[in-house]
Amino acid sequence: MEPVRITTPLTKDAVAGLRAGQQVLITGRILTARDAAHKKLIELLDQGMGLPVDISNQIIYYVGPSPPRPGQVIGAAGPTTAGRMDFYAPQLIALGLRGMIGKGFRNTAVTEAMQKYGAVYFAAVGGAGALLAQRIRAARVLAYPELGPEAIYEFEVEDFPVIVANDMYGGDLYREGRKQYALDKGEDAYA
Amino acid sequence: MRTVEAMLVAEVVARLCEEANFVLEENIHSAFQRGFEEEISPYGKEVFAQLLSNAAIAAKNRLPICQDTGIVVVFIDLGQDVQVTGGSLYGAITEGVRDAYQRGYLRKSVVNDPIERTNTKDNTPPVIHCRIVDGDRIKISLMPKSAGSENMSTAKMVNPSKGWEVIKEFVVDTVERAGPNPCPPLVVGVGIGGTLEKAALISKEALFRPVGHRHPEEIKAHMEDELLDAVNKLGIGPMGRGGRITVLDVHIETYPTHMASMAVAVNLLCCAARYKTAEI
Repeated sequence: MEPVRITTPLTKDAVAGLRAGQQVLITGRILTARDAAHKKLIELLDQGMGLPVDISNQIIYYVGPSPPRPGQVIGAAGPTTAGRMDFYAPQLIALGLRGMIGKGFRNTAVTEAMQKYGAVYFAAVGGAGALLAQRIRAARVLAYPELGPEAIYEFEVEDFPVIVANDMYGGDLYREGRKQYALDKGEDAYA
Repeated sequence: MRTVEAMLVAEVVARLCEEANFVLEENIHSAFQRGFEEEISPYGKEVFAQLLSNAAIAAKNRLPICQDTGIVVVFIDLGQDVQVTGGSLYGAITEGVRDAYQRGYLRKSVVNDPIERTNTKDNTPPVIHCRIVDGDRIKISLMPKSAGSENMSTAKMVNPSKGWEVIKEFVVDTVERAGPNPCPPLVVGVGIGGTLEKAALISKEALFRPVGHRHPEEIKAHMEDELLDAVNKLGIGPMGRGGRITVLDVHIETYPTHMASMAVAVNLLCCAARYKTAEI
């Protein structure tokens, strides 16, 4: 299974070509944000204000990196649980957010928004933060430096390894993968 | 009475924090290698390959295995014939954690209060469990515990008359609901008996037992095999991408309990299974 190579910014056409289960290598600039930054972004939107970063056709990586040693670009930088961002993601997708990187389940509000607006959810390997850090060539804080590891960074990544967990057609790697390998309980196992 | 300097305790705690975060336990590494060979799902195989490569990079560059370097859980077995001098035991443990997270460039993830939630900026305080034992040694076992797997852990008071079947159902259900979220392949600690808090405590202690080691009592060893088989039939697989290795091992610990009670706690440990032990 050869991985597909994509570059950012991510167009809707590129998203349309991706299917759940496809291995993908991402090259280009991506944004980071997790719980605290999402809360701030949504508060701005609720007040009718603009965002400090342009998310249109961008990918947001759910990550809170460990601090870099002197001379390092970044510390360990693997994905955090995406489900905690489910409450915020649909609004960002409606504004043109094209991709998300995390790990774990998304809820139906998120997957429906992905189908409606054309977005993709990638999973990276949790617990592989040291390996993933090697694919991050540059990192700088774009907003909310006071949040420390929860600040919004811009990462420049090269061949960053992910897999499509949810595509814009309702395809779900977690559902399909499990169906294929479950024993005994079979297809009923996945509600 | 034997004496131990508080400063020595702090140094040992700091060293264990750093080593746990940078160097994967040998038994987990071997389990990954076996997983890479035995997992039939190509997605699962790829996950094991990345985890093995990750462990090598982390150890070589002194980079954390995972960016979630956790809240530090410390178990102390304090011999009743040893005295800590030149400072308090808890102060020394806290100082060791603070020092390691600063000098080791580890992420500070602890907030001061569960409601107010301001970062303490030095990853303290740790969670300390201390018990007095025979002898004049201090045994320190610590685990930087990540939130991803802790968040999917469970505890429940079940009806004792329903016995083993209800325990089994609860363990399988916990792993099933967790799916990809706690970063499988997991180690599962099951605490049975005692009271609510005792079951939770021994479910965490169970995680320190190496993969492949069975409970010394035959009946409980069989229960562990049965649970391991049941959870791996779920098909969740490494990172939930589908596969036959969702759990590397299940360890059960039990404690005597009230005739009307049966507490069950299920503590999940993610694939970044980090813990170290030392004795002073």
